[in-house]
Amino acid sequence: MTVLDMAQVSLREVNETLQGAARAQANAAYEIVNPRGSHAVAVGLDGPLSVTVKGSTGYYCAGMNKDAAVTVEGSAGPGVAENMMSGTVTIEGDASQYAGATGRGGLLNIKGNASSRCGISMKGIDIVVHGNIGHMSAFMAQKGNLVVLGDAGDALGDSLYEAQIFVRGTVKSLGADCVEKKMKPKHLELLAGLLERAGADAKPEEFKRYGSARKLYNFNIDHSDAY
Amino acid sequence: MEKDMCGIVGLFLKNDALRPRLGGMLTDMLVAMTDRGPDSAGIAIYGEEGEGVKITVQSDTPETDFAGLAEALAAGTGAEVAMKAADTHAVLTLPEAAAPAALAALEARGLRIMGAGKAMEIYKEVGLPRDVAERFGIRAMGGSHGIGHTRMATESAVTTLGAHPFSTADDQCLVHNGSLSNHNQMRRKLAKKGVMTRTENDTEVGAAYISSRIAEGATLGEALEGTLEDLDGFFTFVTGTKTGFGVVRDPIACKPAVMAETPDYVAFASEYRAFADLPGIEAARVWEPEPATVYFWER
Repeated sequence: MTVLDMAQVSLREVNETLQGAARAQANAAYEIVNPRGSHAVAVGLDGPLSVTVKGSTGYYCAGMNKDAAVTVEGSAGPGVAENMMSGTVTIEGDASQYAGATGRGGLLNIKGNASSRCGISMKGIDIVVHGNIGHMSAFMAQKGNLVVLGDAGDALGDSLYEAQIFVRGTVKSLGADCVEKKMKPKHLELLAGLLERAGADAKPEEFKRYGSARKLYNFNIDHSDAY
Repeated sequence: MEKDMCGIVGLFLKNDALRPRLGGMLTDMLVAMTDRGPDSAGIAIYGEEGEGVKITVQSDTPETDFAGLAEALAAGTGAEVAMKAADTHAVLTLPEAAAPAALAALEARGLRIMGAGKAMEIYKEVGLPRDVAERFGIRAMGGSHGIGHTRMATESAVTTLGAHPFSTADDQCLVHNGSLSNHNQMRRKLAKKGVMTRTENDTEVGAAYISSRIAEGATLGEALEGTLEDLDGFFTFVTGTKTGFGVVRDPIACKPAVMAETPDYVAFASEYRAFADLPGIEAARVWEPEPATVYFWER
């Protein structure tokens, strides 16, 4: 375990050290102390590496993560795990806006709440939120799974493509073209796996599934008067 | 998803033992928000409430304008006037009855009125937050609560008057991150009711709206609720009154906001970075204020 103290070491040095360790493929373990809400902590890690951040982070923590396991023992600012490719990012506290935006793979595990636009334009990432999510979450989400143990805010899944959304609590409102769908055995199985990976204490049967009605995919000639 | 402009901070003390440290805590919070707003900075601080009214004025030529100002004002109003000058600002303390005449006299002398009130003093200038705070000696000031702003101008010019906080009534002030889109229409509506603004700035309209609602009898909470109905655009507002502190975000809520509460204080900031030096922050409840939801605290 190597400790990097951000009261002593600059953000650039921290990220260069972590990125070098990731490239070395040695699966090393690092601990970052005194993050003090810094931006862009532990970004661009493209190899096996374990990073624990002792405290809260600012914008864009763990962006573009690939293969690494990053844990924030605090809350994360806007854009955590943006465009993540693989690996796992765990937030012990809350996540701010657009967590996991455009993510292509891996698991983003948020133990607290996530605010607005969680999983916006997600493209294959799995996101599990143990608390609630804010409005406009999974907007234009294309692929992957968003699992919410708490409640969802307004306009969930607006203009949704083929991502799947599972919510255990209430949904304040569904966005355009997002509908509740039947939970089939294969979905229960998928959900059980996601909940287990995230260490979430919930049963798949307690959730409802939401997905795209697929009515916005093509231009509808019957609506031409509306344009 | 840009990091969007301006930084705002606010601190409302629940534990009176922290009062002497208010200026220092607010300065650290403000400086932490420098890269969100490096072009100007301002702070409204609610200090000890005395007998009289405090009027904060600004001048670009303080050496000449502030020389003999208290004496001249005393002679003109027949009241006792105390003056505390700090760089381009001066705080004049005088009996409440003499305040209207004093305000008119100060404006006639070409001084800019930053604000007035029993407790509130306002300091704002063009420059880096660290320099602005140092010029006014904010760090040494005590008080019960305060709000601050670091500005990256998008809606109007980089000037002292364009800097936040804006005060549009005694002991009331507002800081804003965002941009209002119906501020010209609202400025005209307010003018019809006799509520005048001094600048072309959108935030001043937000402040004037809240002040006019409070003048009509609304509580701070009701006035903030009203912003959600009547103001259009992007906003996170933090507002101070003599005894209160409030926060509201527009329903889209793309301007960042985070809050922290301990038994000793309630703090607001655009980013968590501003909280890093607050006492007991490790154990604080930290959360993001919900969109279209009014939060306020009164003592």
